[in-house]
Amino acid sequence: MAQTDRRDAPGLPDFSLLKRLARDQLIYLLEQLPGKKDLFIDADLMSPLDRIANVTTLKQHEVDKLYKVELKPVVSVSDQLCFLIRPRIQTVKWIADVVKSDKAVGRFRRYKIIFTPQKFYACETVLEEQGVYGDVTSDEWEFYLLPLDDDIISLELPEFFRDNFLEGDQRWVTTAGSALRLLHFLFGPFSKVYGIGRCAKMVYESWREQVEDGEKKAQNPDIGNVFLIDRDVDFVTPLCSQVVYEGLVDDIFRIKCGSVEFGPDVTSTDKSLKVMLNSQDKVFNEIRNEHFSNVFGFLSQKARNLQTAYDKRCGMDIKQMKAFVAEELKGLKQEHRLLSLHIGACESIMKKKTKQDFQELLKTEHSLLEGFEIRECITYIEEHINRQVSMIESLRLLCLLSLTENGLLPKDYRSLKAQYLQSYGIEHLLSFANLRQIGLLVEQQPGETLTVMESKVGKLVNDKTAGKLTDAFSSLAKKSNFRALSKRLMLIPKTGEEYDLRVPRDMAYIFSGAYIPLSCKLIEQVLERDGWTGFEEVTRMLNGHEFAVTGGNSGTETRNKTDPQRIILVMFLGGCTFSEISALRFLGRERGCKFIVLTTAITNSSRLLESLLDNQG
Amino acid sequence: MTRAKPEDDDWNSSKIHAFTFDDDDDEFTKLKESKRAVSSILVDDDDDDDDDDDDDVEKVSWSGEPVGSISWSVKETASSIRSGGEHGFPKINTAPSLPKQGSGYSLSSLFKASTRVYAPELRKPKSECKDYFSDWSPEETVKRMRKGKVYSLERFRSLQDKLLLLDEAVSAHDGNVITAVLIYLKKSLSKEIFFQELMVREIALRHYVHYLKEMEEQKTLVELMKLPFSQDDAIHVQDHYTLLERQIIIEATDKKGEAEIFKKFPRKASILNMPIITTLYYSCFYHYGESEGTFSSPANIRSTFRISEKQYILTALGARAKLKSWFDVDSLFNTKNWLGYTKKRSPIGFHRVVDILQKNNAPVQVLKDYVSLIDDAELKLSLAQKYKCHDIVIEMYRDLKDRQQLIVYQGKVERGSHEDRKIDQLLGNMQIRWKN
Repeated sequence: MAQTDRRDAPGLPDFSLLKRLARDQLIYLLEQLPGKKDLFIDADLMSPLDRIANVTTLKQHEVDKLYKVELKPVVSVSDQLCFLIRPRIQTVKWIADVVKSDKAVGRFRRYKIIFTPQKFYACETVLEEQGVYGDVTSDEWEFYLLPLDDDIISLELPEFFRDNFLEGDQRWVTTAGSALRLLHFLFGPFSKVYGIGRCAKMVYESWREQVEDGEKKAQNPDIGNVFLIDRDVDFVTPLCSQVVYEGLVDDIFRIKCGSVEFGPDVTSTDKSLKVMLNSQDKVFNEIRNEHFSNVFGFLSQKARNLQTAYDKRCGMDIKQMKAFVAEELKGLKQEHRLLSLHIGACESIMKKKTKQDFQELLKTEHSLLEGFEIRECITYIEEHINRQVSMIESLRLLCLLSLTENGLLPKDYRSLKAQYLQSYGIEHLLSFANLRQIGLLVEQQPGETLTVMESKVGKLVNDKTAGKLTDAFSSLAKKSNFRALSKRLMLIPKTGEEYDLRVPRDMAYIFSGAYIPLSCKLIEQVLERDGWTGFEEVTRMLNGHEFAVTGGNSGTETRNKTDPQRIILVMFLGGCTFSEISALRFLGRERGCKFIVLTTAITNSSRLLESLLDNQG
Repeated sequence: MTRAKPEDDDWNSSKIHAFTFDDDDDEFTKLKESKRAVSSILVDDDDDDDDDDDDDVEKVSWSGEPVGSISWSVKETASSIRSGGEHGFPKINTAPSLPKQGSGYSLSSLFKASTRVYAPELRKPKSECKDYFSDWSPEETVKRMRKGKVYSLERFRSLQDKLLLLDEAVSAHDGNVITAVLIYLKKSLSKEIFFQELMVREIALRHYVHYLKEMEEQKTLVELMKLPFSQDDAIHVQDHYTLLERQIIIEATDKKGEAEIFKKFPRKASILNMPIITTLYYSCFYHYGESEGTFSSPANIRSTFRISEKQYILTALGARAKLKSWFDVDSLFNTKNWLGYTKKRSPIGFHRVVDILQKNNAPVQVLKDYVSLIDDAELKLSLAQKYKCHDIVIEMYRDLKDRQQLIVYQGKVERGSHEDRKIDQLLGNMQIRWKN
């Protein structure tokens, strides 16, 4: 809570402009279809749309009724149907069906599809194949960027992760490049771009080409530096349990587009409540980046202060009372409401976490990160699976095990997979195939681990000892990148030292002092050394694809960093977690700079893994 | 927002081309192909397949190291851009690091990824007049497609042209365009030829597979891919069918719910399509004690699906504890040694057993038996305290000769209770040599 900005820290640019631009373009597109019309909106576009326009705005532009796209026959009686959708083949197929069934009964309507943020050829091909191309007109709403908070901008494209990293479909590369182009145009020009990852490179190229082709204008930049990072550079961090307040709230209640729905157990009424969680919420703003263990103390202090403020009323005369009611009471009531809400949330979190033996879970996670007592960790995970505790949670632990150990031993892999399928169902066979493909849950290649020596020894001793020996040998033979990276970058603070979570000394505080997030550590180091020099070993372990480039006019950079130089846009391709954002905020405070996070979506372990499941049949 | 709207181009998109400069386009592409092949062999690493028809591209190598080391600021000679705010950024090589297998037409196969960076090419003012022709080269076609301009794929008729187009799309890293080209290729090539070419182009193949998935063209997908089922996976699938058979048999009888237990604990859902362990739990709950011969018995399910002892004990424990059949719980762990004494043995830690029992609201009398079996003294003490197994705590402090702790603990038990008296007795016992 004592975390205040350095006085010389630069201010953040105002991103509300992005909302205005998006709204204006939407209005323009709606006006392209004059007259009354019904609007069908993709379910996952409703919240983003809510953040930039409201129903009144839509009604002003002759939108009559609003429907959610549900892929069912439509009941609308309007003569004009407008569809506001993401470019997905399934949705376009449904629209083609709507048009065809209207045709079949001789009904005439006008149809317009507004694709956002862009259309795909494959979607238009569906219209062509279904014989409705021409009956349906289409347009693009270039709504690339949604500011979720002062320092977070989201593309709201969760499918980016699966499409790019699992399916190998590069359809969103240009989209990401366009998003960057827009920021460059409005808040640039950027002077340096750093990056790592295959996708990051392609996005950089796409952006560069677009900037070269587009119009340019001279202006003073707000944002100087950009860092692009692929999600698959660091899978470990998003798979760890979040223990910083905002991340924890996301893990438990799921923050959607900057808003969360608190159930009756939090509100202690019989109603659920939707709350916006951002810097506007003064109470939240002070606890969002805190380790959960500090939050209680802070809230109770806050409650005491509030009581004192209320108590001032006693002994007031009429005039003072009048002033109190006019000036302070509203603010106090507001704070009171927020305070009781967050206290309720904390209680609910505590209850849930105690029930699932969170402490033991964290201990296992930390052991995995440290590479300590791996056999015990495997036993813990096995029992977790055997007891059919949360399917996603088991998968998360398996993936962490595989990532930190550079793959599972073949016998462990087979046994854990078999038990997993027995506990959670055969349909997860496909999930395992996906996880293997993306590299989250893999088997060590035979030969990599079994040395001649080991197999000889193995034959001589009994099974139990052999198991232990296997562990010992494999840890020698494996080329474990995470371990090596963690050692090289010093991601695991020394054990035994007391870590005061109230006064964090490094970014490890976001994981209780047990682990510095790899992604954020890379960003820190590259910015510090102004490139990748001396990091060849690290980039080799991360499979390369690193770059650091400078724009044409900034060759005369001085040592004194100007304000824009200290505003760094970090683009996460494939999503980032709230914990990473907290870590970057911490880093910014330490270094007197500001980070702006641009992400394809906010993610966490559940979202990341759920997007890789294949259980839709 | 600065994107050119398609309407701007409509008027010049007519397919009638009265006049063309490049009527020997095929020759041209072939020439370029060999040119690129040659340069990629000679230069070996730092060529990018993106350098198109401008021969006047000047490459300035840039190391990717911190600025100041090499300055490469390049002046734009073209006057089309206003001076002042432009920040030219260098091009970087984005070719995938894994070389593709050789196909006669794949040109991008020899490039290695490197972080070598180039200065932007010196661009000539674009000759806009090229927009009037529909004889666009693969490069131009892909460029137009990426910008949402009018384009035409009909002229790509020879296999070679089609593949050049595809490779060009792939090297531009625009998935949207790659898929568009694939859709055209699918329509204009026989399946055999198309698949054969896809097999040597991994990026294109993955786009096509994803497209088929989205189109729900399962049949084509199966034809294209031999499903990657390993030997192990085949066993899992076989298990699944066996399981379904069993579930159907069990469901048929249990649906009627005639047995006493179904009346006492009515089923909440059908057992069909549940995982193996859920089925085992169900069987331990409703069919415990049935002989191994029946399909619904736990023993039968256990052996059919090769369930480990540990897994079996955990599941049976959960089910019997839920029913509060403490006798069954005890017998899960009882073993007789050769002298006939019963002894409790478990493949899972007894702290875990305690945890499961406690979650099922087992009474202290049951819990304490299992707490006392925990090996780790520290864990045993903390769990005994947590679950109020007073006797165990008292005895442990006695054995540790820890008088202070015992006094502290006396505050936690009820005044005048059996435990209270026991502590008094111990504290008054002169024969114990307390350590404090």
